Amino acid sequence: MSTNSFTLTDEMREQSIGVESAPTTTAVEKGHIARFAEAIGDDNPAYTEGTPETGGIVAPPTFLRAMRAVRPELPFEIPFTRLLDGGSDWEYFEHVRPGDVITAVGRVEDIRERTGSIGQMIISTIKVTYRNQAGAIVATQTSTSIRH
Amino acid sequence: MGQQIYFEDVREGMELPVEVREPTTRQLVQYAGASGDFYEIHYDRNYAESIGLPGIIIHGALKNAMLGAYVTGWAGPGSTLRRLTCQYRGMDFPDEPITAKGHVTRVYQEGEQNLVDCTVWLENPQGQQTTPGTATVALPGRNG
Repeated sequence: MSTNSFTLTDEMREQSIGVESAPTTTAVEKGHIARFAEAIGDDNPAYTEGTPETGGIVAPPTFLRAMRAVRPELPFEIPFTRLLDGGSDWEYFEHVRPGDVITAVGRVEDIRERTGSIGQMIISTIKVTYRNQAGAIVATQTSTSIRH
Repeated sequence: MGQQIYFEDVREGMELPVEVREPTTRQLVQYAGASGDFYEIHYDRNYAESIGLPGIIIHGALKNAMLGAYVTGWAGPGSTLRRLTCQYRGMDFPDEPITAKGHVTRVYQEGEQNLVDCTVWLENPQGQQTTPGTATVALPGRNG
């Protein structure tokens, strides 16, 4: 539990919402998809050989985590060092395939302050949009993180 | 990977088959490497204990991936995952059984798509839902 005191003002919320991260761009490799599928314990052949239904190799749904989206930088410091991951909401629009070049951009959707059993918390909601080389949105991931 | 499930065969309330997994520390290291998440609490016991954790804990994102694998494995090769949500409510530890469960909450059509919503979750050995979530999958129909 942190003893630092911090107040998230309305002005700080307004400054934060809509802030975007620097984009990260990553080329998707077949070997990376296979290693990711192995690591999550998923032996679906769509991830290693491809299937007639997928028309070739595709990436597992949460593979985009490995695209290493960066956090949007807030215009102020939050004096808490502990970070908890609250959860994720993924929406999928297109398959991700080897050879795709994925650009990930995070955007602050919301930021709130709350006091709970672990003390004061700053809860932020970040939506990462993943686009492929054609500019199509392949997926979005809305995550909640808790700093305390 | 299971058999194909067809839209016509799914009913609200239908249960997904229970699946038990037991991630090892080795798997957590594999996941760290594959995902690029090298936070020490997922493989360094001394570090995890130094910040007050009872031991090494499983990556939330790995549990998210396990739920994805659970739903897509059930729905079969012709299905497409449209949405997957989960909340991290409690810690899970390597070398303990984690049970995936779920049931169908809604069966509907939207445009050309046959959609099924499910409630899914992971349970720890004490029977607590550490990772509740939902999924929406598009399923093929029997007539293509």
